[in-house]
Amino acid sequence: MIAGIAGGIAARLGRDVTIVRIVLVLTGLVSGFGVAAYVFAWLVLPTEGSTETIGARAMSDRQGITMAIGLLPALVVVLLVGSALHAGFVSSWGLPILISVAGLILVYRNAEDDERRWLVLSVKSLLQLGSEPRQSRRLFFARIAGGAVLFVLGIAVISDNALRRSWFRPFGGALLMIAGTVVVLGPWWLRLGLDLMRERQARIRAEERADMAARVHDSVLQTLALIQRSADQPQEVAKLARAQERELRSWLFEGRAPGSFGAEGAATLAAGVEQIEREVEAAHGVAVDAVTVGDAPLDDELRALLEAGREATVNAAKWSGASSVSIFVEAEPRRVSMFIRDRGTGFDSEAVAPDRKGIAESIRGRMQRHGGTAVIRSVPGEGTEVELSVPRHASRT
Amino acid sequence: MSAPKVPRVFLVDDHHLFRAGVRGALGEAVEVVGEADEVPAAVELISERLPDVVLLDVHMPGGGGRAVIEAIHPVHPDVRFLALSVSDAPEDVIAVIRAGARGYVTKTISGPELIDAVVRVAGGDAVFSPRLAGFVLDAFATMPPGSELPGPFDPELDNLSPREREVLRLIARGYTYKEIARELVISVKTVESHVSAVLRKLQLSTRHELTRWAAERRLI
Repeated sequence: MIAGIAGGIAARLGRDVTIVRIVLVLTGLVSGFGVAAYVFAWLVLPTEGSTETIGARAMSDRQGITMAIGLLPALVVVLLVGSALHAGFVSSWGLPILISVAGLILVYRNAEDDERRWLVLSVKSLLQLGSEPRQSRRLFFARIAGGAVLFVLGIAVISDNALRRSWFRPFGGALLMIAGTVVVLGPWWLRLGLDLMRERQARIRAEERADMAARVHDSVLQTLALIQRSADQPQEVAKLARAQERELRSWLFEGRAPGSFGAEGAATLAAGVEQIEREVEAAHGVAVDAVTVGDAPLDDELRALLEAGREATVNAAKWSGASSVSIFVEAEPRRVSMFIRDRGTGFDSEAVAPDRKGIAESIRGRMQRHGGTAVIRSVPGEGTEVELSVPRHASRT
Repeated sequence: MSAPKVPRVFLVDDHHLFRAGVRGALGEAVEVVGEADEVPAAVELISERLPDVVLLDVHMPGGGGRAVIEAIHPVHPDVRFLALSVSDAPEDVIAVIRAGARGYVTKTISGPELIDAVVRVAGGDAVFSPRLAGFVLDAFATMPPGSELPGPFDPELDNLSPREREVLRLIARGYTYKEIARELVISVKTVESHVSAVLRKLQLSTRHELTRWAAERRLI
């Protein structure tokens, strides 16, 4: 739920996540060392799909380590106060909490951006509790007071030896303490949950916008460029505009993405490549020679590969000035690669204006979003070769 | 036999327009010594004129290009065949190669490239178009471990070396021999010998996919 540690452990042990979570929460409640262990795991376990742990980066973070060590005096003070008051729970909780805080500092300083955002978010909403408007401030104090009363009551019940029913002591006491905690921190949890949800929605929306921009680029912007080129041929312009209109309508009102693969019979990789060959030859009057080795049914990754490949082919047809474009696609058990090559003018990839989204979004971004890679080699005067590759799911070999 | 400066070429294709087109594309670079539009006439004229290279359509009434090769090749091994086709049915192309053609190019090939291919074949080398390279890679695909080939399996003939595979991949990507040599840091001569080795395997291998594979394109 927080850093995905429970999920990771569950996946490793082959147990249900919920069980792992319950165990973690229980150990956290019992001694506080559960919390410290959680933060420690956050430091040393790598995120899924990466090999570098936060801890590895923290090792080289001198300032963070100094800050963590700087908490040592605070620990000593807490321990002294605890022993002076003869309150065992202060010292037994003080140590793990301070270790956790030190760990969190290191995590915060060395985590990836999204994890860091999470931490900032939770701390910020915790701080906001104290700075609420006046009217609700009274409510806030009432809540704290109520929670504190419940909490103290719970401690009293636990430590009261006079109570007859011995089973009531731990259960009732723990229940009262939990109720107190919920009363104090409940609104904070609620707000945290809401904020997280909002965040996630915003991110999904941003990704959708990127996908949509790539599609609009592939269809509408490409057609507009074609229309500009054939401005002196009214018939051609009308034809292009009509085709684009049809495509746009079917996308907006029937939900069929423009030029989507799999919609019109192209259900395999080889068929998709043939579709690119046909479409580009028809729209741009450039010979496309496609060679396919092996074949595979289309899935999301291969569809993305084909879409990026079509974009690269269209680019070659439009800008290279070459009379033919070669496509080579090879489906191997572990990966699928696609090469698009022309012997045209080539270009200087440094000199491409940043607002030309073709390569950045339609090719690179698209491949990256699906776990693939895109390499573009271009030599001015000799031509361009685009190399795309996605890994295959091993399950189907 | 000394290699003549200008290869003598014979055209076999049942489309008159196409023959005219090829003639025009070849221009002065080769000497066209004759043409034919059907199998029996082609066999007779080729045996009589003994050209260096026969440009041969794969699909023709009366047995196609394969029938011409099978009639001439055993008798006149010096006559070399280069298959030309618009059809990309792999079984046809492979059949013509196995009958003895030294290469295969598509009819969309440009004039200079066709001349280059003719000169190469006249010099005894093999000519692989990107498409043929793709076919061969498909036919010689690595067998999944554990599966058995029926019949005798000759690892010398029935497998491509990693280098040969690399060369074929680059051909399939549209690289010329010169560009392949530069990319792999080997000489053009070495590229040519790799391609010839592949051609030989293609013609002699008994790998059962070569006769059967085209029927069912593999879906991995």
